[in-house]
Amino acid sequence: MSDARTEVLARVRAALGQTGSGTTPSGKVGTAPHPEPVPRAYRASGEHAVGSPEVLEQLVDRLVDYKAHVHQITADALPATVAALVAELSEPQGGIARSGSDNSPGPELSEPQGGIAPPGSDNSRGGRVVVPDGLDDAWLAALPAEVDVVRDSREQPLAAADLDAVAAVVTAARVAISETGTIVLDGEPDQGRRAISLVPDVHLCVVRADQAVQTVPEAVRLLGAHPERPLTWISGPSATSDIELDRVEGVHGPRTLHVLLVG
Amino acid sequence: MSQTFLGLPTRRRTTDAADEPFGPVPHPQEPLRWGDDFPAAAKQTLKNDQLRRNLGHATQVIRTKRAAVVGEVPDWEALRDAGSAVKQQVMAHLPDLLQQLEENVVARGGVVHWARDAAEANRIVADIAKAKGADEVVKIKSMATQEIGLNEALADEGIAAIETDLAELIVQLADDMPSHILVPAIHRNRSEIRDIFLARMGDAPPDLSDVPRELAMAARAHLRRKFLSAKVAVSGANFAVADTGTLAVVESEGNGRMCLTLPETLVTVMGIEKLVPTFDDLEVFLQLLPRSSTGERMNPYTSMWSGVTPGDGPQEFHLVLLDNGRTDVLADEVGRSALHCIRCSACLNVCPVYERVGGHAYGSVYPGPIGAILTPQLTASTGGVSGHHDPNASLPYASSLCGACYEVCPVKIDIPSILVDLRAREVDADRSSRGVDPWRTAMKAAAWVMADGDRFALAGRAATLGSGLGGRDHAISVAPPPASAWTKARDLPAPPRQTFRQWWQAEHETTPEHEEGAR
Repeated sequence: MSDARTEVLARVRAALGQTGSGTTPSGKVGTAPHPEPVPRAYRASGEHAVGSPEVLEQLVDRLVDYKAHVHQITADALPATVAALVAELSEPQGGIARSGSDNSPGPELSEPQGGIAPPGSDNSRGGRVVVPDGLDDAWLAALPAEVDVVRDSREQPLAAADLDAVAAVVTAARVAISETGTIVLDGEPDQGRRAISLVPDVHLCVVRADQAVQTVPEAVRLLGAHPERPLTWISGPSATSDIELDRVEGVHGPRTLHVLLVG
Repeated sequence: MSQTFLGLPTRRRTTDAADEPFGPVPHPQEPLRWGDDFPAAAKQTLKNDQLRRNLGHATQVIRTKRAAVVGEVPDWEALRDAGSAVKQQVMAHLPDLLQQLEENVVARGGVVHWARDAAEANRIVADIAKAKGADEVVKIKSMATQEIGLNEALADEGIAAIETDLAELIVQLADDMPSHILVPAIHRNRSEIRDIFLARMGDAPPDLSDVPRELAMAARAHLRRKFLSAKVAVSGANFAVADTGTLAVVESEGNGRMCLTLPETLVTVMGIEKLVPTFDDLEVFLQLLPRSSTGERMNPYTSMWSGVTPGDGPQEFHLVLLDNGRTDVLADEVGRSALHCIRCSACLNVCPVYERVGGHAYGSVYPGPIGAILTPQLTASTGGVSGHHDPNASLPYASSLCGACYEVCPVKIDIPSILVDLRAREVDADRSSRGVDPWRTAMKAAAWVMADGDRFALAGRAATLGSGLGGRDHAISVAPPPASAWTKARDLPAPPRQTFRQWWQAEHETTPEHEEGAR
């Protein structure tokens, strides 16, 4: 045990009035606090059932409010929707100001050898999609053959630079919260490593209707079953308001978030 | 020199030369104590019209957003009650909870370090970076690392700390200091930011405009190269869960996720007060924080991790538990609730004083109402609360005690009461440090006068002689000594032509039967 550990703990005890612990740095010995018991009068759950039409309606409203693109579809339509959104990637993106000296030339469809585009590249690459290796293959069934699907896993992870050369990522989700428009990924095999839903510029996230809860406490208690899993809570695309509080969507994370709400 | 009494103290510190062309504020030796004392610094910043315009706009926008999203939560007050009580529990059981956190982080593959002060924490981080052979680390915006001056300490060791939050990047490139807990570059407008990027970023496009989207994209391109190559990242923590060893970082831009995910090694520096006892407690704070802070229902990204996850994210995780004055705050029965703060900055946005003087006037990385109670207490061991010549002792006066900060605080910290308590202690300390105290002498004289009815009446009649001194508004703005000590800070109302006793006598002598009847 280090000296600092012993001393910091002794100071904390002294601050709380536990005698025989010495003093705090300014020579104080505090008094024992009398904390009130925690009142849990807040809502532990919402008034609407998991996956109910009310919850879904609210979820869509809040997602759209934070500039996510929402596609409410049936399970049957999922593969075609994924294919259509991936096809959009190779179309030129209008309106996004590009800057920096790293502008590589357009879509790199001319690189079919399974090779990886050079690092430092920031452009959407039409045609290359990364998926976690536990993703349901059926979701990708409608993708045309020329789309290069790269599988990523904890055992065989893509390097960050390789991920940077990928246009989009398709993942599942663990839970969604309607009141806040939040989707949570917990790193299980159908959601993948945290990096894959971060570095590509477009995120296609598939959420089942029965995964949508109304409130934050409902989600936290569900996630609490596996607190050791790395969690990523996502509410819309990345954003900043650091310049004159003018909101700009898409800084470092994916600039486009598609939520495919199934069911 | 000090003239401390009810009004505003006037201690002055020397400031280094301005850092042209951008930084009116040079990097301080002490992140919790820099520049002039509050009254002198406020006088300077109040002259800056640009700053006031930027701040007035910013605080108003955030206030409105916050009010809207708080208003839509039906159980907001119940959440505040729970948040406040959870934090009280944390403080009461801090030794056990800290050890529980340590145990769980270690069990999940992390390494836990303890730091008594800033120097020790900086040493730990520098040693880790050096052991990894890193001459560059990427950083997530963190109040704790600002408080300990980590970037400067790493620079002394030849390690460049790169701020990746857009606002922190702006501040860092300008060699400036942050002026707000949440939006540190809020004192800068878009054209200033463009000029800073063009002059200092190195790879900014020469035709960069001042459109916020273009500026943000320039930062994206600049930083992506750093993210992809960085070996070591440094972060703070919004919450640490004792019973699971889970750390949480709440952010907007995704720079946090980049730092927490891509480098091989992650070092998290957190104050010992940042704990919550159980994972479920997050359900309270993840509702309170985003709505209070950015005025969003939820911030774009929140990351949680417990130790090391094999194959996902950093494979080496260090947690540095920082005291740096916190135990002194904890020892204070009244002031300890300042440690409940979750750094949302709602109190800054509603404070009429902050809105006008801006963050730099507080001379600390913690500005605004929470800074006014936290900074003096964190620096208590070096005179922050009671130091006769310490600028931090003037911070509790940086408030009108209007109470707006308490109203919006998501964990119900009674900031006004703590301000009053700190003022009392500053006055007490001042009294004992002086030989002859004019204020105390005056109070003693007043006590003698007021102890006797006849003496009081005489004094009252004497005071009416000054009734002609006031201007048209019956206020005396400049008085000769010793009353000048008062009029330097505020107006003195001119005495009336007649005392209350004289008025009473005149009224009741004409109608004596009323007096009889009353008895």
